[in-house]
Amino acid sequence: MELFWEHREAIALAFAYTVLLFLFAGIGSMVLGTVLAAMRVGPIPVLRWAGTLYVHLVRNTPLVIVIIFFRIAAPKIDLKFNFVDVVIPTGVGDVRLNNIFTACVVGLTIYTAAFVCEALRSGVNAVPLGQAEAARAIGLPFSGVMTQVVLPQAFRATIPPLANVQIALLKNTTVAGALGVAEAFVRMRLLIKNNPAELWTLFIGFALIFVILVEVLSFISHRLERRVRVS
Amino acid sequence: MCLTGVQKHYGSLHVLRDIDLEVDRGEVIVVIGPSGAGKSTLCRAINRLETIDEGEIAIDGQPLPQEGKALARLRADVGMVFQSFNLFAHKTILENVTLGPIKVRKKSKADAEKRARELLDRVGVGHQADKYPAQLSGGQQQRVAIARALAMEPKVMLFDEPTSALDPEMIKEVLDVMVDLAERGMTMIVVTHEMGFARTAANRVVFMADGAIVEQADPETFFTNPESDRAKDFLSKILKH
Repeated sequence: MELFWEHREAIALAFAYTVLLFLFAGIGSMVLGTVLAAMRVGPIPVLRWAGTLYVHLVRNTPLVIVIIFFRIAAPKIDLKFNFVDVVIPTGVGDVRLNNIFTACVVGLTIYTAAFVCEALRSGVNAVPLGQAEAARAIGLPFSGVMTQVVLPQAFRATIPPLANVQIALLKNTTVAGALGVAEAFVRMRLLIKNNPAELWTLFIGFALIFVILVEVLSFISHRLERRVRVS
Repeated sequence: MCLTGVQKHYGSLHVLRDIDLEVDRGEVIVVIGPSGAGKSTLCRAINRLETIDEGEIAIDGQPLPQEGKALARLRADVGMVFQSFNLFAHKTILENVTLGPIKVRKKSKADAEKRARELLDRVGVGHQADKYPAQLSGGQQQRVAIARALAMEPKVMLFDEPTSALDPEMIKEVLDVMVDLAERGMTMIVVTHEMGFARTAANRVVFMADGAIVEQADPETFFTNPESDRAKDFLSKILKH
């Protein structure tokens, strides 16, 4: 335990990266995933086809490969993220959001969006067809049908599977560690290397912090589920 | 409103055969016929919830647009009432009625709500405005659905078997609203099995069978002296009980 206390600042900083990776990729994947879902259930064949292709391509590719693509392959074809360089000073050291961090956020976003899309689509399919027909019948265009009637109902049916996807994302941020972001997993490896005798304490300690973070997500998801059930 | 030479197939099934139908302003048309005759399909084709293969449907001389904004505008002018009500489950009764006026007609929230409350009072569910659809009876839900369609100030109202999913004692409350609407001069096309409504409110009865219009006449002539054998057969089956 002293080890954790001794390194509390470095550990906090590492988890700051973890949480930031999660927040950016979480919001990004929700936005992109919603657009993809709208494409896949929409009336335009080309977009439907493109959405389907995206999901099949990205969902069937291992996360590591997706992130490596943006971290290593993409810069070779001049897709760099050098324009991003934000330094957030904290009391215990700087959090630096640079091109590597951004590449990882983009990779995580692209990857997770495919799952968000499919979770949403399952929700959309759970909304009775009559709801969309009634919305069309009062003259709403496709965008209105989706935003006013179908998606609000789909989101309700989708909260549990979406929570699953976001929980997976939170844990998947550790892959960014392997590619150069100093997040929690990297800090854990470093601590283990320097304190091999404390291997078990470190493993269990870091796992517990992740458990707590995921529990926070589960709690929010439960609250959301309860809130929408009333009405 | 004018339908000319409308054809529709579901695979090998010919669901609408050469439909010609003209509806004047203020006219109330009741479409009856055996199930599978294509009555609902016809109704749904008029605001293009179903596509048609051939022919033309025109409202006020304007042919039905294919897709997109123009079609949405047309749908706003055509009120539709469904067999299964289809009230928006996540919105209150008031929100159900104001959604179209606010989002499509771009009315202010206050104006839309004022008008919505008037309409809800008119169909007799004004006191339920803040409830959700699931908290209402079927008859009440269907009356809300009528108010929702009326809020768009449509040129014509389509009713697709509006009472078929209702308990017998709720049918009357919905039909009363429809009769009132007919008396106020609304142009209406009503697919129904309610022969009583056809007799009291219809200007014309259209009898369909096997995807085609077999016969049309004023209700008195149709019910007392139908021309076609198909209509005679149909009436003998439903009127005997």
